[in-house]
Amino acid sequence: MNINNWLKTNTFHHSDFWDLKQLIREKEKQNLTVSLCIPTLNEEKTIGKEVVIFKSELMNRYPLLDEIAIIDSGSTDKTREVAEAFGADVFLSSDILKSMGEKQGKGENLWKAIYQLKGEIIVYIDADIKNIHPRFVYGLLAPLIYQPQIKYVKAFYDRPLASSQGIRPSGGGRVTEILIRPLFSLFFPELTAIIQPLSGEYAVRREILENIPFPIGYGVETSHLIDVYHRCGMDAFAQTDLDKRVHRNQHTRDLGKMAFGILQTFLSRVESLGILHDLPELTNTLRQFHVKDNVFEEEVHDIVEEERPPMIEVPQYRKKFNRN
Amino acid sequence: MLNMKSKSKKPIHHEGTHHKGIEEVIELLPYIQDAVVAIQEILLANLVMIGEIPAPTFEEHRRVEFIQHRFTESGLQNSSTDEMSNALGILPGTEGDKNILIVAHTDTFFASTVDHTITVYPEFVSGPGIGDNALGVAVMATIPMLLDLLDIQLESNLILMGASRSLGRGDLEGLRFFLSNTVIPIKAGVCIEGVSLGRLSHDSIGMLRGEIICTVPEEYDWTRFGAVGAIVTINEVINKILMIRLPKRPRSAIVLGSIEGGQSSNTIATNAILRFEIRSETQEIGQEIYEQMHDITAEVSSQTGAEVSLDIFASRRPGGISFSHPLAKNTRRIMRALQIQFHKSPSTSELSAFIDRNIPAITVGISYGEHKNQINELVKIEPMFTGLAQFIGILLAIDRGYCDEH
Repeated sequence: MNINNWLKTNTFHHSDFWDLKQLIREKEKQNLTVSLCIPTLNEEKTIGKEVVIFKSELMNRYPLLDEIAIIDSGSTDKTREVAEAFGADVFLSSDILKSMGEKQGKGENLWKAIYQLKGEIIVYIDADIKNIHPRFVYGLLAPLIYQPQIKYVKAFYDRPLASSQGIRPSGGGRVTEILIRPLFSLFFPELTAIIQPLSGEYAVRREILENIPFPIGYGVETSHLIDVYHRCGMDAFAQTDLDKRVHRNQHTRDLGKMAFGILQTFLSRVESLGILHDLPELTNTLRQFHVKDNVFEEEVHDIVEEERPPMIEVPQYRKKFNRN
Repeated sequence: MLNMKSKSKKPIHHEGTHHKGIEEVIELLPYIQDAVVAIQEILLANLVMIGEIPAPTFEEHRRVEFIQHRFTESGLQNSSTDEMSNALGILPGTEGDKNILIVAHTDTFFASTVDHTITVYPEFVSGPGIGDNALGVAVMATIPMLLDLLDIQLESNLILMGASRSLGRGDLEGLRFFLSNTVIPIKAGVCIEGVSLGRLSHDSIGMLRGEIICTVPEEYDWTRFGAVGAIVTINEVINKILMIRLPKRPRSAIVLGSIEGGQSSNTIATNAILRFEIRSETQEIGQEIYEQMHDITAEVSSQTGAEVSLDIFASRRPGGISFSHPLAKNTRRIMRALQIQFHKSPSTSELSAFIDRNIPAITVGISYGEHKNQINELVKIEPMFTGLAQFIGILLAIDRGYCDEH
């Protein structure tokens, strides 16, 4: 696979799909159902706007979405009330598949959404986007609707439509450029073509989602890419430029925790795929430091990247979706 | 594409009910008030998307593009923008010989650099310019779907207009341009403002809006004049303006709206600007006050050696329809029926452009709000539905001829 060719054929801009009427005609022709999942934890300030915009524009005005669901990790603010007030289906993650127990993490919500939601395509959108717009959803859905061979569409954000220079750098955030892309360059060079592998917005066919495991923490996006790549190759991927995304900026220390969790997931994947062998037993403890009264003090964080099995292995799921 | 099916249970047609007059419209209001709630998501989504596009006066083009796109999606005829950056669309009526113009000004007081993020809470929506006038524009952009939802077909053509260049130095340029250049005869106008519900403007006071600019010349002799600078000079101007005797009748006022000047705490200011409005019920008194202010600036200029100039950049002629005009009277009747606390509010906004052309027009508000023209401005959601019902009632009353002066 030539990366430049893939970039040309499988990278889109949301404006390529401005004609929503045509998109809906195509969706209806294929009799597809689409669910939107917004995983939340204390997002009362942004969730109302997301629900209102998606419901108005992509259900009432253009019927692209068949359901809008909030899967909440147990917010202590008014996230669930606000989402419900504006007509979203709201689920507490711990109430879904109760027999499987309850784990904390965004990946847990994404995994449980596969059981709870009915769509043949699920679009995941983070709840902390300040400049939310319908393009965040239709830009990701359109490649799946128009091209049956595409299974997994990832968002990226690249502001300028015009630039005064011929070449300008383009890429992801700090964790992507310092950790993920170097790792992919070493072990999965083709995956480096995914401009923002950690973006929390993507649309995926159920047939893929139900067959891949879900780390419940920071590693979920990275493991998705490796697993889908391993099963289907690069042809299954596409990516869409959604322009600008305004969200909370994270502190470097929090990014350190994220990188630690991702690294655990990554190493476990390369070992299970037989790329690396005989790794020693690794610790789950991240050590960071701060200075108090001119004295360095150690901070210890236990970051355990637990994993949920492919949903297809869960008997209740197979029963609900007739997968026997 | 319109996915929202009409939920109308009571057709809003009036064959055979014309003899009831305005009461025919009043009887429909409870039903309309219930039904408009179904438009909540469409209205709020329009409100958010419009509110998040910055639109300072003279830079409204992106907001206008959005509105025009909405008009096109709704299938309006002649959906277009003009050279003044107005957004226009026509919803044809069944008769087509009368035209009602609905106007909402698109510009705001906030610069493009201000964070325009809008936040939606269950009870209210907040963000800069949300009430003045993102809500007014959102209502206008929602009207075609609202009428469809209510299964209303007007006899009159409805001209929807997002009017640009309204505020400050814009001086209603957008609406004035349209009214000066259109060949379509306008039967009546309704100006929509986001806040405040209960507001009814049907006449305009006379107004002169301007600036007094004080500039200290570079060759200024600081030793001779006591080194006071532009701020003290403009203060002298203010003191003299405050001595102007204003008549109690006709009611008149001088509003000193904003002041700016200087660069830092340790340099003498070389410039200062005082922004003001002269308001009066008669044009003659407004002119007299203007002349006195003009004399004051000349006097202070000659006394201090600073350049003090007076610049008028916007004006309004007093006028409008009377309290007893059927349009004003029936609007109050509709407000009473919806239990809206009415307050008469003389206007210096879009209404003036209608008054200049002797077109009967009113301005109404849609909801209640707080912190108007501040960064944390908010509008309440629930009253919006009463505001929408009020607007539809007024529209039906105009369309069915109950607001015509005989």
